[in-house]
Amino acid sequence: MGMTMAEKIIALAAGKTEAKAGDIETVTLDRLMSNDGTTHLTIDMYNNLKNPKIADTEKLVWIIDHNIPADSPKTAASHKKMRDFAKEHGITFYEGEGVCHQVMMENHVRPGELIFGADSHTCAYGALGAFGTGVGCTDYLYAMVTGTSWLLVPETIRFNLTGKLPKGVHARDLILTIIGKIGANGANYKSMEFGGEGLASLSMADRISICNLCVEAGAKTALMEVDDLAMDYLHKQGREPKAIIKADQDAVYFETYDIDLSEIVPIVAKPHFVDNVVPAKECAGTKIDEAFLGSCNNGRIEDLRVGAEIIKGKHVSDKVRFLVVPASRSVYKQAMEEGLLDIFMEAGAMVMNPNCSVCWGACQGVIGEGETLISTGTRNFKGRAGHKDSYIYLASAATVTASAIAGYIATADSI
Amino acid sequence: MSNTFTAKIWVLGDDIDTDIILPTEYLAMKSVEEMKPYAFSPLRPELAGLIKPGDMIVAGKNFGCGSSREQAPEVVKALGISCVVAKSYARIFFRNAINNGLLLIENPDLYDEVTEGDSAEVTPGKEILYKGKKYEIASLPDNLLEILEAGGLVKAMRKRNGLS
Amino acid sequence: MGQTLIEKVIGRKVGKDVKPGDIVTVPVDWCMVDDIMAPFAISKFEEMGFKKVWDPDKVVLIYDHFLPASQVDDSRHFRVADEFADKYGIKNVHRTDGICHQLMTEAGYVGPGDIAFGTDSHTVTYGCVGAFSTGIGYTEMAGILGTGSLWIKVPETIRVNVEGKLADNVTSKDLILRIIGDLTASGATYMSLEFGGSTIDDMTIASRMTMANMAVEAGAKCGIFKPDEKTCDYCNVEYTDDIKSLKADEDAKYYKVLNYKAEDIVPVLACPSLVDNIKPVSEYKGTKVDQVFLGSCTNGRLEDLHAAAEVLKGKHVAPYVNMIVTPASRKIYRQALADGTLEILSDAGAIITTPGCGLCCGRSGGILSDNEVVVATNNRNFLGRMGTSKVKIFLASPKTAAATALAGTIQSI
Repeated sequence: MGMTMAEKIIALAAGKTEAKAGDIETVTLDRLMSNDGTTHLTIDMYNNLKNPKIADTEKLVWIIDHNIPADSPKTAASHKKMRDFAKEHGITFYEGEGVCHQVMMENHVRPGELIFGADSHTCAYGALGAFGTGVGCTDYLYAMVTGTSWLLVPETIRFNLTGKLPKGVHARDLILTIIGKIGANGANYKSMEFGGEGLASLSMADRISICNLCVEAGAKTALMEVDDLAMDYLHKQGREPKAIIKADQDAVYFETYDIDLSEIVPIVAKPHFVDNVVPAKECAGTKIDEAFLGSCNNGRIEDLRVGAEIIKGKHVSDKVRFLVVPASRSVYKQAMEEGLLDIFMEAGAMVMNPNCSVCWGACQGVIGEGETLISTGTRNFKGRAGHKDSYIYLASAATVTASAIAGYIATADSI
Repeated sequence: MSNTFTAKIWVLGDDIDTDIILPTEYLAMKSVEEMKPYAFSPLRPELAGLIKPGDMIVAGKNFGCGSSREQAPEVVKALGISCVVAKSYARIFFRNAINNGLLLIENPDLYDEVTEGDSAEVTPGKEILYKGKKYEIASLPDNLLEILEAGGLVKAMRKRNGLS
Repeated sequence: MGQTLIEKVIGRKVGKDVKPGDIVTVPVDWCMVDDIMAPFAISKFEEMGFKKVWDPDKVVLIYDHFLPASQVDDSRHFRVADEFADKYGIKNVHRTDGICHQLMTEAGYVGPGDIAFGTDSHTVTYGCVGAFSTGIGYTEMAGILGTGSLWIKVPETIRVNVEGKLADNVTSKDLILRIIGDLTASGATYMSLEFGGSTIDDMTIASRMTMANMAVEAGAKCGIFKPDEKTCDYCNVEYTDDIKSLKADEDAKYYKVLNYKAEDIVPVLACPSLVDNIKPVSEYKGTKVDQVFLGSCTNGRLEDLHAAAEVLKGKHVAPYVNMIVTPASRKIYRQALADGTLEILSDAGAIITTPGCGLCCGRSGGILSDNEVVVATNNRNFLGRMGTSKVKIFLASPKTAAATALAGTIQSI
C-alpha cells in the first residue's frame, strides 16, 4: 500500500520499510532544537536525572531567540543557564542570530530528517521536506538523553495546489485561508501535506510561511515535496539531503483538498483565534496602535521586500509603532545590502535586532490595555502580545505594512 | 516648622542613588502606593516593609544622587518617613523633595555617630537631639520655605491659578 | 568683575549681571518631557489648575525609555502623552526617533545660550552647545509647562582645563570619568562644570556631549562648553558676536580650577557600583565579561560606533559574549547604515537594536543576572541598574568596550 510523506520519513527514522497511520513507532531523531522559551526547564530536569548523559551532542541545536536582548533578571538567568550548559557540553549554540526556525532552515534542516523542536512552530521544516514537530521539555529531554522517541504515525490531509497566487496576495493569505477552512483543530494530530503543480510557483519563503503556520490548525507536522527550488536553497547553504521523499501515488489520505491559488484574496485573522479569518477588506478601517512585520512566519527577505516596496517614499502613521524585525542575522544583512532597512528607517519604522519580538509578546513592543496590533506573527490569542485586554489581527506583510502607513487596517491596493 | 518630634532611625550609607531608592523597573506603576514595597530594594529589600510612619533616615553624603525621578522622594514620603538627615544631598533630589514637602536636613556629624534602631528628637530648623547631644541644623532659604509653607509646589501653583 | 560662562548665559537671559548664589527666575527656551515622566508631569500640571501650556512650540515630548515597550503598562505612557499633545497643541513629539538628549540638539531645538529643562537628569547634555540645561522633577516641569519660567540659584563654577592631545586609545569618556573620579560623585554638587583648553577646543561636538552628559555624575547642575564655530555648524546657526560673547572672562571667579594634561589620561573604568570609583583599565585587564553594551546618550553616537567598528572590523566578538549596540537616534542609525558601520558591527556578531535608551535605563535591552559582568558605555553603574544587585557594571569608553567584546575580557585597545 502507498505511503504518505510523513509515513515514509517515520519509517526511515524507525529503520523500517513501512509505517502507517495509527502505528506507534520508535524513531531515532536526526536533530533536536530547543530555544530560550523552555531550555532552562529541560536543563533542570536533566540535572535531576541519575548520571545523565546526552546521547548525541552533535544533534542538539540550542538557540536564544525569544527574549534577546534580555528584558529581566529572570530571563537573563535562564539565558545564562542555557549558555553555560551549551558551552560545557559543546552543544551548537546561537544567541541573537535570529528566530530559531529561520536559523534552523538556514543552517541545519535537511530533507528527509525527523526533527524535534521544543517549540510548536517546528513544523516549518516541512518546507524542506523534513518532518519537524514541536514537543514539550519532557519529550525533548527523553530524546536528548536516549536519542530516540516514540511517535504515533499521523494520518495525513493532502492539499493539492493548482494555479498561482494573484499579485498582491501572499502565502500568508493562503495558509490563513486554509486554517479558516479546516478550523483551528482541523488537522489535530495529523500531517498536512502539500503538493501539486501550484507548489512550484511558491518561493521558499512562501513555503516556510505555510508550513510554519500549520500548527495553528493543530497539525503535528507539515510537509512539502522537495523540488529543484528546494534543492537550490539547500545547496546554496552547502547541505545535502538525508533523503528525498515523495508521497506515493496510491498513498492513503484522511482527506484531500484541492486549492486553486488564483482564488485566494488578502486575509485577516481577527482576535482571538487564528481560524477567525475574513477577507482583509472586511476589517478595513479598524484603528491600530502597532504593526509588526517579522517572526518565523514572515520575517524573511522576501517579506521585507514586500513591505519595503509598499512603504518606500511614504511614512508610518503618526501614532503607530511599526516594528520591523528581520528573522535572522543573514536576513538583516541582506536587507541592509538591498537598502530595505534604510527604507524602513526613513519611513519611521523601528528596525529591531533579529528575534521573536512581539510575536512572543514578552520583550519588545508589548501592547497595552485596549490597544490593537496588526501582525505577521503566528498567533493572535488573547493577551499574547501584552495586556489581556488587547487585540491582535494577523495578516500578510503587505497588509501589515499598508496598515502601518494608514493607521488603520488597510490592504496594499487601497493606500 | 518648629514642631519637635521623635523618630526611630534607619541608617543608610553614602551615595544612596535614585536607582536604589526606586529602581527603574517600578517607575511605570500608576501610583506611588504601588511603588512603596520596592523602595530601597536593590540595597535592602526588606527595608520598605520595616519602615513605620514617623521613622527617619540618616545617611552619608550625596543622598539621592542620580536621576531626576521624582518618584524617589515621593516614595520616601509615602513610606511615612518624617525626615531624612544626610551629610549632603544631590541637587535634583533636594529640589524634588522640597516640592513634595519631604523634610531634608543637612548635618555633617550625625551620620558618623548614630546606630540604627535608636531614636532622635528633631526640631526642624533648629536642632536634633541624639543620646543627649545636640546637632545644630540650618534653616532653609526663604524661597524654599515659601514652597514648603504652601504645602509643596502643586499647592503653590494652585494658589497662583486662583484655586484652593 | 569677570564672569564664568554659566553666569554669562544666565545673565544674558535675565537681562542683568548675576553672581553665584543669586536666586533668579529664568525664562525657559525649551522644555523636554520624556515618556517615563510624562504621565506624572501631566497629572501635576492638571492638578495645578493650568488651562493652557505657556508655549506649546517650546515643549518637546520624547518617547525613548520605554521603546520598545517591554511591560504591559509602558504604552499607557505614550497614550497619555499623545492625548496631552493633542489637547494642548504640542507638535514636537518624537515617538520612535531615539534618545531625548540626542534629539534635543540633533533635531535643532536647543542651541547656544539657550536655557532648557528636562525631566531627566542627563538634560545637562545640552551644555555641549553652550546652553544652560539641567534635569528637574515632574512637579517643577508641570510648573514650567504652565508658566514658562523657573527659579534657579546661580551656581558657582568649577573650571576644568585640559591641554594637549589625547592618546589614540583614549576618548572624551575616559577624560570625564577621570574628572569625576577626582571630583567624586558629589564634588560638583550644585555647581557648573566649565570645560576649556586646547583638548576641548579640538574635540567634536559628539565628544563634548559625552562629557556634558556625565557632569551630573559629579553632582553638577550643568556641564558647559563655550560655543564655537563647530557648535554653530552643528546647530545650524550663525556664529554671531552675540554667541561669541558666550565665554568665560579671563578674570572669572571660580570655586576651583582643575588642570589636566591630555597626555596623562589613560583608558579608565568606573568600577562597581559608583561612577566615581575610577581605575585604569590595566588594573582589571583580563577580567572575564559576559556582555558589552555600546549605546546611550553618553556614547551612542556615530563617532562611538565608528570607534567600535574600527576595532571589530573583520573580527568577531568573543564566543558566549553578547555585544549589544543601541544607536542613540534614528539619524545615527541611518548614518551608520549608510557608511557601512552597522554591517561591520553585525558581521562581528553584535546585536544591533532599535534606537532608544536600551539597557542604560535597565528595563530591557540586555538585562543581566547574578554574578554577570558587563562593560558598558553609558553613564551609570549603580547597584541593580542593569539587573540584579549582583551584576557587576563597569563603565568605559567605546574603544575599551569594543576591545573588551573582542577579547571576552576587559581590555583597552
